[in-house]
Parts: sequence; structure tokens; C-alpha cells
Amino acid sequence: MADTSVILSGIRLDNPVIPASGTFGYGREMSEFYDLNILGALSFKGTTREERIGNPSPRIAECSGGLINCVGLQNPGIDKVISEELPWLRRHFRKPIIANISGFSIDDYRYCCERMDAEEQVEIIEVNISCPNVHGGGMSFGTSPDHAAAVTRAVKQATSKPVYMKLTPAVTDIAEIARACEDEGADGLCLINTVPAMRINVSTRRPVTAMPTGGLSGAAIFPRALRAVWSVAQVCKVPVIGCGGVASARDVIEMMMAGATAVEVGAENLRNPFACKDIIEALPEEMKRLGIERLADITGAALNPDR
Amino acid sequence: MSKRDIYEIVSNEPIARSIWRMRLAGDMSAVTAAGQFVNIAVDGCYLRRPISVSMLHDDSLTIVYKIAGRGTEIMSRMSAGMRLDVLTGLGNGFKPEADSLKPLLAGGGVGTAPLPELARRLIAEGKRVQAVLGFNTADDIVLKEDLEALGAEVHIATMDGSHGAKGFVTDILPHLDFDYVYACGPLPMMRAVCEATRCGGQYSFEERMGCGFGACMGCTCKTASGAKRICKEGPVLYKEEILWQTLQ
Repeated sequence: MADTSVILSGIRLDNPVIPASGTFGYGREMSEFYDLNILGALSFKGTTREERIGNPSPRIAECSGGLINCVGLQNPGIDKVISEELPWLRRHFRKPIIANISGFSIDDYRYCCERMDAEEQVEIIEVNISCPNVHGGGMSFGTSPDHAAAVTRAVKQATSKPVYMKLTPAVTDIAEIARACEDEGADGLCLINTVPAMRINVSTRRPVTAMPTGGLSGAAIFPRALRAVWSVAQVCKVPVIGCGGVASARDVIEMMMAGATAVEVGAENLRNPFACKDIIEALPEEMKRLGIERLADITGAALNPDR
Repeated sequence: MSKRDIYEIVSNEPIARSIWRMRLAGDMSAVTAAGQFVNIAVDGCYLRRPISVSMLHDDSLTIVYKIAGRGTEIMSRMSAGMRLDVLTGLGNGFKPEADSLKPLLAGGGVGTAPLPELARRLIAEGKRVQAVLGFNTADDIVLKEDLEALGAEVHIATMDGSHGAKGFVTDILPHLDFDYVYACGPLPMMRAVCEATRCGGQYSFEERMGCGFGACMGCTCKTASGAKRICKEGPVLYKEEILWQTLQ
């Protein structure tokens, strides 16, 4: 029997497949399609201190192998997430919850981590310093090692739960940012967030989305994500959650070989609501085909041996 | 509840300029209201194509779609017998208003699509159904005969006067006696209908969607009762909650 389990900061996941934040809400919509308890874990919709409606519409543009979004962190705010979404998850989801939080100041990040620290169901806090669709926060914290370090330092003081920093690929050297987070005590890293991108409607000569640019996700960015995970895993000791364009069991394995301990599935959920389920069910067969008995063993298999 | 199923194409044919009708056979159990939509996986397109349900039959449903881009163009070349991966039962459709005895259905262009199923349901409840449909020209007219066959009284307006009254659907409204509005069509047309009528109503909206089932928050709009996802809480909104100035 193939062993698909992995360990993230001491937390055992039955399998490495985690729906990525922003593609799965807080689980309710997806639970109409299948029982969420087959998942390794669940990373919920990026949550901020205050409610946010996000950017004007249209905020989706399609492209080859993916989509661009500029949703802009729409969420009900941390109070409602705690009072309405977490109780629902408590009733319907027995697996680890990864709380994805975002902010516009270091104090926002600290506040959200303190609130999540008090929530028993939350096993890991994923700190989004990489959203390309908001101004004055989000990605601006993730593009400088100093800022990334400052956020990490603040959130580590605010919670005793494992903290994973979610990074943007829109930097010259993502490994440098990752190391800055690790040096400040980050328990893990999640990469990558969406890739800054845009489309233009050639008839109207205007950008397709209301915010001219957004973030690209989907199969198109898988090699980009793989490269980032591989670069970071070369130099960091903390676990990496690989995210970006994963669409199959084979992609999961490839991402793990690049150095990921677990893998998030994002945009694929939006075109196929059963994506995570399909991938989880396909993993044992794919492992058998590749002669893998314990999935956890392949993490980092493709890294330089003399790193 | 949303559901995924494999549907088989029974037929797929043009019914007006750039407008096609496709009949799909499969499990209908998730479709519970007129005005809901299906989301169709199209080979070669990353995202599905959300298309509103036009009519429900015992073992099949009809969709009416306009060729608006690559996805719908590919759909128009699909032939009977092909099997499609379809999400069904999506969105909140029209809710028949109990107090209304003389409902008006207002459709603009391909926005007329969901009105036949709604007309069928309202007529079955004993309502006197009138429909007012607006098109650019006679070649664009769709579903007029379908609505008439169901027992609705249909009025047509065309911009160029090539069929029915010349002008907008709102030019016909003063001549009609109705007590409620169900509308689907371009935003300016729906807004004009809303502003020209004093009775209550339900209006069906369109927005660029990512998933179509509420997960991505791509299609959110502001309403008087908070943020609503067009794909999940919509596409049909009540007149009272619509903030026209925030829609574009």
C-alpha cells in the first residue's frame, strides 16, 4: 500500500495535497461536490483584519493554460471568519486547517496571527506577503528581504503555531527572500503566489480586467513555480509548500522532487472542482508506476546533492 | 446544489445570427429554477463557459448561446453525440413572485435565453405572461415562437424597426399592463427597464467568471445587501438590492 503521508512542521497530513488559498473559499462551495475530509489539509481564503469587497469587476481574464485574477483579497474579515466560517469548518472538516492571512501593515499581520493563534482548529498560519492585487501591503512586503524579515519577526512573536511565509515570484532572487524569512524563524515557506500579468482586449484597446494587471495562475506557471521551489529548497532547511499550476498527481510528485514537502493546488480547482480529489485518488497509481513506496521520501530528490 | 455530470449533445444548431441552440441530455436533478446556468468545459479553453439554461425537458435541457469568443465558437462546431463535462444547478435563478398575476418578462438579445423556462413555470401557475423582447434587427430575434407556443403574449422591439416596434423595449412598456418584471439582457437595457417600471422585479446579471460555483470570488458585485457573487447568490438579483451605479 502506497504511503502518501507527509509531515509539515510536526503535523501529519494523510497526503500532500492542499487546496490553495483563494481557490477554495472556506470550503463550503467545494463541499457541494465532495467530502473535503479526503484532503491533506485546507488553506482558506486570504483573510484580513477588516472585511474587503476587493477590486471592481471584471477581475478575471483567461489565457492559454491559466487565468489572471485581480480579485484583491475579497473576504468577510477576520471576525466573521472566526464566528461563521471556522465553526462551519469545525463541523465539516477534520483535517488540518491552514489559515491564510494578509495585511496592509505589520500590525495587521500581527493582529491576524494573534487572532488565529487562539483558534484550536488552525494548525498552520500562512502569511501572505505576496498578493499582487492590493496596494500598500500584500506583495510590497514580499519583495524586499528586510520587509519580509520584519513581517516574519512580528508574526513569530504573535503566535506559537507554525508560520509559513507565502512568497511572490516577482523578485530577482526568491531564495534571498526565503532565507530572510527563515533567519527570522519562519517555520516554513509557501511558494509561489500568482505571477504579475495582464491581457488587453484588442477590440476596445483596454485591459481586460478593471484593474489593468493581475496575477497569473494555472498550468502555465507550473515550471515557474517548480523553479522557485527548487531554488529555495537548495538553500533553506525549513519545509516548503510548493504552489503554482499543479494539475495532476505527476505534477505533485515533480513539485516534491524539486523540494516541496507538500503541494497546493490552486487554479485547477476553478476549472475542475474535483481537482484535488482526482489528484489524491491518482497518487497511489502514479507512485506505483514510478516505484515510489513512501511519497515523503521523494522530497528534494532533484536537488543538487552537494548543496 | 451544484453537480458535475457528463452530458450528451442531442442537437446544436443556429437559430439566429451568431446565436445557437444546443440540447444536452443528462442528469437534470440539480437544475431547480429558471435562470440557473450550466458551466461547460470546452477543450482548448482553460476556463469553462457559463451558459444559462433556456428550457428544461424530462431528460435534457436546452441552452441558447451567442458566439462571443473562442469558447463559444468552438461550441458552435460541436456535433450531436459528443459528450461534455458540465457543471449544473449553478446560481440562484428566478423565484416566481406569488403576489404577481400579470408578470412581464423583459429580454434583450441573447439575454432572452432563460425566459422560456421561466414562462413555462409561470404559465403553469396560471399567470398571464407577457414578454417584451428587444433586438438590434429582425435577424437577431430568438425564442419568439417558443415563448408564444408556451402561451406568452410576445412583443418585439428592434432598433432598426425591421420587426415589431422601432426602438427599445422601454418604448413598448407604456402600452402593457403588468405587475412584476423578470428581466435578462444587457446592463443598459435592464437598468432602463428598472427605471421605467414602478413594480418589483428580478434582474439576471452577467459577469466574467472564474469558476462559476462561488469559489474564486471573481464575479462579485456590490449590492444593497452586501457583496454578492453573480455565480452563486446571483445571477438573479432583486430590484431592491441592485446598485446600478456600481455596475458597469
